[in-house]
Parts: sequence; structure tokens; C-alpha cells
Amino acid sequence: MDLIKLERIWKSFGSICALRNVSLNIKESEVLTIIGSNGSGKTTLLRILALLEKPDSGKYYFRGKLADESLRGKITLVPQKPVVFRGTVFYNTMYGLKVRGFKNAKEKVRGALKKVGLEGYEKRNAKLLSGGEQQRVAIARALAIEPEVLLLDEPTSNIDPNSIPAIEKLIRELVDDGMTVVVATHNLFQAKRISDRVVHLHEGKIYSVGSVRNVLEEPKNEVTRKFVLGELYY
Amino acid sequence: MILETATRTLELLTNPAVLDITLRSIRVSGVATILALVVGLPIAAALALLNFKGKEIIKSIFNALLGIPTVVLGLVLYILIAPNGVLGYLGLLYTELGISVGQMLLILPIIVSFVVNSIERVEREIRDLAYTLGATEFQTSLALLREAYSGVVLATIAAFNRAIAELGIALMIGGNVFVSGGRYNTRVLTTAMQMYVARGEIEVAIALGIILIAIVFSISLLSNSLQRCYGLDKT
Amino acid sequence: MLVFAVVSLSGCVEQKKVLTISTTTSLYDTGLLEEVIAPEFKKYSGIDVRFIAKGTGAAIQDAMRGAADVIFVHAPEKELEFMKAGYGVNRKVIAYNFFVIVGPPSDPAGIKGLSPIEAMKKIAKLGREGKIVWVSRGDMSGTNVKEIQLWKLAGFDYDKLKNEGWMHLTGSGMGKTLLYASNINAYTLSDTGTYLKYKKLIKLEELVSKGEELINIYSFIVVKNSKNFDAAMIMLRWLVSEDGQNLIAQFGKDEFGKSLFNPISKVDEKTREWIVKYGFFEDDGVKTECPKKFRLAANSLEFSEVKIQ
Repeated sequence: MDLIKLERIWKSFGSICALRNVSLNIKESEVLTIIGSNGSGKTTLLRILALLEKPDSGKYYFRGKLADESLRGKITLVPQKPVVFRGTVFYNTMYGLKVRGFKNAKEKVRGALKKVGLEGYEKRNAKLLSGGEQQRVAIARALAIEPEVLLLDEPTSNIDPNSIPAIEKLIRELVDDGMTVVVATHNLFQAKRISDRVVHLHEGKIYSVGSVRNVLEEPKNEVTRKFVLGELYY
Repeated sequence: MILETATRTLELLTNPAVLDITLRSIRVSGVATILALVVGLPIAAALALLNFKGKEIIKSIFNALLGIPTVVLGLVLYILIAPNGVLGYLGLLYTELGISVGQMLLILPIIVSFVVNSIERVEREIRDLAYTLGATEFQTSLALLREAYSGVVLATIAAFNRAIAELGIALMIGGNVFVSGGRYNTRVLTTAMQMYVARGEIEVAIALGIILIAIVFSISLLSNSLQRCYGLDKT
Repeated sequence: MLVFAVVSLSGCVEQKKVLTISTTTSLYDTGLLEEVIAPEFKKYSGIDVRFIAKGTGAAIQDAMRGAADVIFVHAPEKELEFMKAGYGVNRKVIAYNFFVIVGPPSDPAGIKGLSPIEAMKKIAKLGREGKIVWVSRGDMSGTNVKEIQLWKLAGFDYDKLKNEGWMHLTGSGMGKTLLYASNINAYTLSDTGTYLKYKKLIKLEELVSKGEELINIYSFIVVKNSKNFDAAMIMLRWLVSEDGQNLIAQFGKDEFGKSLFNPISKVDEKTREWIVKYGFFEDDGVKTECPKKFRLAANSLEFSEVKIQ
């Protein structure tokens, strides 16, 4: 059985239709990458998966059951713009554990920070970090609660190129350990490097779903082909 | 003229009566600010986080009250708290506490509006973040309030400065009482200034004004540097 | 709710132990009350006193609202109204001095040495001719009330007069008014105390200082429903005692060479007649400083009375 099943999801904001009739399956322990231009609906799709938005119509199943509140914390989203709480890196990373009542979180926090390459950053003021460092804190914060599904919206857009390989390696390791990771990105090269499967979302509709080969290297769909070749304006 | 005023100011700083008045100004407005925080923070939290009918109207009322003239408030309070008035039994007229309460009412809208505003600014993203990390509604509210901290600091500074610099309430409620060595004095920097101006002793008035401005400025500077130190000025 | 509790507790405690006296700014500004009366009375009786200097009208408001235990003012007509309205009792005259008409040293109106009424008439005449300016406080203070009285005796209606261009209204205290008049070389009415205090700051001179109409009478009236009635009576008795009267007599001698206030106990015959004329009220065949029906629990106090001829 697929981990997540989205059936005919529609979502509008006012007069703008963000998602049209989106149906998608997500397999357990895979890296699924959603590619598309800005405004294609990637963020909305992730937010619906994270239960931050409710679809106007359509169904969202998790392990065969309709998704509800209880999934919060099992599925977590790291937004595109890094948001940090006022306080130390430790406080931020520990937040998810704190709200569940974990008292001795020190080990988990240290582990999470190590994974994103921020060892020793515990006492630093989160608000004073660079954009890239904040993004990594956000990821560590999400990892600390050991979610089943990790949703990443443009995770490396703010990070300096030298640090990107480590993050991509991290994604691979997480999936090897059993996590399911969904990444939204408009960086096609990254998509090629990390994905098990790729979804092409354009103007709220899915035009392609499949392996890296079938979507990025030899796209079957005309629109996807234009996108990949850079002929779609965005 | 400038030299005279400068020497006057320095002389005055060592005058015990002036010291008494200055400390009283700080004390009275400080108490007012604390009272305003105690009353205002819960109100602000409720307005920012809860949803109820009339919420927008109440927010607009607080915004409108931001500009209330101190003489108007002072006069209304004088009528209410004079011993024969409706609230006369509280015994607040011509007391320091009376001035504090009056100033508290004056600055309450500042606290409420500032804090509501700073919560609302970060609300969406913090709410989403807390939600996605598994926080309950209550925990999310706490997180929001915690993020509003820099707004609270700014609000406190603005409120204190408004309180210590106002005249209408301190005059009408306090009465500018000053008996040397007396225990019931209510004279503060602003009421002293207006008295000296009325008497034509302009240099003394200016010197007191310099003291007042010095207080207001140094508190603002202190707040600014604290904020930068802790990165609170970055959203 | 907690706030209310804290507030009420501390408020209630404070109010009872201090005697609150509402008075006029001209009396207050001389420093007599703060510097001499309050500390000396405290030494004598152990009672704390505080003064609220607001102006005669505001002092009466305070008394009506229960915010004052005593009013200490210098506007006999208003004082009588105050007692008739049921607010005040046990009025006693404490001290007196004279108002003075001041003006530029060159005295363009030529009023020096004239009687007060003659001076006022001349001022109005020359004012209307555009040759001089008169400054009025226009604030219903004791001084302003006296000024209105003088205009009336001279045959003018103040309410109509104040709209004429040569009359400038400052709406503020005596000190400020003197400074203003000095700056524009105008004439004005002042009490002696304030004038002496400001003399070195201004270029105005005393032009008319003699004349019964210029008498300035300071009276102490106890607020009938005051919670500190007894303390007020103690102070009243002390003020009219030899000690109190001596303190008043001494005040200002060092600084200005002459006393700012004359104690009522040492008044001469002539001046006493004037005080009776302008500051006493008719009551059943006599003129008195306090009509019988406005005396309350004042057995050992003597209220001055003079038979009407």
C-alpha cells in the first residue's frame, strides 16, 4: 500500500486556482521531488500534505485512512523562508520535542544539529544566523521530532553551494533509514541528483509522474519537455 | 543664555528638591507602566489570539484611544475620583497612585495596540510552524506570545516615555503638591515645569526640561541597544 | 480586580491624614504657605498640610467635590456665595495687603498718585484713544475679581470692556501677566506679593498703591463636610493666634525689606474700616467676617462684628 494517496485535490485561494484535480501517490521511504515553476502550486501541495491547508475537494489518505489532526508531527514541513523562534539554536531545535513533553532532549538535539552540519551551534542566537544557517536549523528542528514524512520546500535555495552536497547526502541517509522525503524545487539538477521519482506540477496540474529518466531526461509529456528544455517561461 | 541655562541645569541636579521631583516622575510613571502591562498584556493576548464578536471594534477603539488628549482624560478622572465623585471612595485624588492610575489608562492603548500588532505580524508563519511541529492550540498561543516579546519591549518603552512626559493627568490628579520634607508630595517634572513657566522662571523650566529629555532619550537608547544585542529588531 | 484592590487600599490610607488646603496661585507663589506655614504648623501640631494652588474658582470647585478641607482665598464676594451655597463655614480674615496698579515708568496715562477709581477712569479713556494698553488676567482669580470690582466702581461693565481692543487678556497667573505687561509697556493690576517678587525681572512701577478700594483681604474658610474638620479648626486657631500672626508678619522682610502680608491682628483703625467695608458681610444689624448661620462648632473662636450705624 502506498504511504500517502491524494485523490482529485482541488484548492483555490479567492479567485486563484492553485491546484486542479491533483491525484498523487507517495511511496514509503522514497525521495519524491516536485518540480515546477514559481506559482505552479508546489507550496500549496506541500501545505496540504502538512495539513496546514484543507483542500476544497478531494481526499487525502495516509496509510489507507483519511488524514486528520493526529498526523501533525508525523508529517512536518520546513518552509521555503526560514522561520526561527526567538532564542538559541538549541531552543529552536528542541521545540518540537518540548511541545510533546520530552524532557531530556539534549542528545536528540545534538544529533539533529550534527546531521545538518551545525555542531556546536547550540548556544548561538538563532536570529543572528545567516539565511543558510537558519534554514539548516529549521531542518534540524524538523529532524529532531523524527517524523515519518519530511516535506522540504526549496531546502537549498538559501544555502551556499558548498553546503548543498551535505544536505543532499543527508536526504539520502534519511530515506535509507526509513523516512519519506518530499522535496519541492525548481532546481532541475538537484532533482536529477536526489530523486527516486519526480512529479511535474504546472499551473496546478500534474503533467508528469515517474522516474528521473521518464520525467527529466526523456520526458514523455509535451509540457514537461518544454519545461525541462527551458522553453516554458517562468 | 545657553551658558546660563547650562550652569543652571548643573546646579539644579544637585538640588535635593529636584532630585525628589525627578525620582517621583520616574516612580509614578514606572508604576503606571507596570500596571498597564499587567492589565494590557492579557487584553492584547486575547485580542490577538481569540476570535469573538466585536473583536475588530475593540481593536479600533484601542487604536482611537491612542490619541486621547491628556487634559481630557485628566478632567474626566478628576470629576470621577474627587472625594464626592463616583469613584471618590478610592481616595486617589492628589496622590501618586492616583497619577499612576490615570497615566496607566493613558498608556494602556499603546501597550495593547503595539503588542496586538507585533503578534499579528508574525502570526501566520509562527502558527504554521508550531502546528507542523505538533504543538497544541494552547502551546501555539504561547509560542506567539513569546515571539511578540520585542513588541512588548518596544511598547513598554513607548508607554513609559508617554507617561513621564505628559502633563494633563499629573496636574489634574496630582495637584503639583510640594511641601519641603512633606510626605504627600505629588510634584513631578512636567507639573514643575509648567509652574515655573507660569511664574516666568524660564531657565529653571528649561533645566527641568533637559532632565526630562535626558531620561526619555537614555531609556530609548538603552532599549535600542538591548534589541540589537539580542537580534530582536530582526523579524 | 487585583489592581483595584491594591489601589483602594493605598488610596484610603493616604487621604485621611493630611490637611488639604486649596488656595490661589498668587498666595502660593509668594512661598509663604510652602516655606513657612506648612513646616511651622507641622512643628506645632504634628499635622501634615498640603496646598493645591489652582486659583480661586478652581479652589471652590475642589471644595465642592470634597477634595479640599479648607479654602484660603481673597475674593470676598465669591466667599459669601460659597458659604451661602452651604459649602463653607467659620470664615476668618487672616491677613491683608494692597493691590497695586502698575505701569511703565514713563506713565503715559498720568495716573501716578491718583485715587484708584480716578486712575481706572483715566486708563479707560486713554485706552479707548489708543494711547495705552491694559492687561487683565481674565481668569476669575481673586485679583481679577478685584479688578472687575474696580471697573464697576469706576462706572464700567467689565464684560463689555474686555472686548475692546486696548484690553489684553492673558488668562494666566500673576507672574506671567506681569511679565507680559512689562514686555509691552502696559498697565495692570497686581497683588503686592507677586509684584515684589517679580520687581527685578520687570520694568513696571507701582503707580497707584493707596486707596481703600485696593484692599486685598485673605480669608480662611473651612469646608463644612470636610473629613478633617477638627484639623482645619486647629489650623485656623493657630493662624489667628499670636504665633501664626507673627509668622505672617515676618515673611518677606529679609528678602524684600518689607513684609508681603499684614497680619489682621495688627491692623490700624483706618485700614480696619476698609476691611469691614470690602470684606465683611451684613448679618442681622451688624457687619461680620462670618454670618452667624455659617458658624459651626466654633465656640472658642471670636468672629469679628461691627455694628452698622
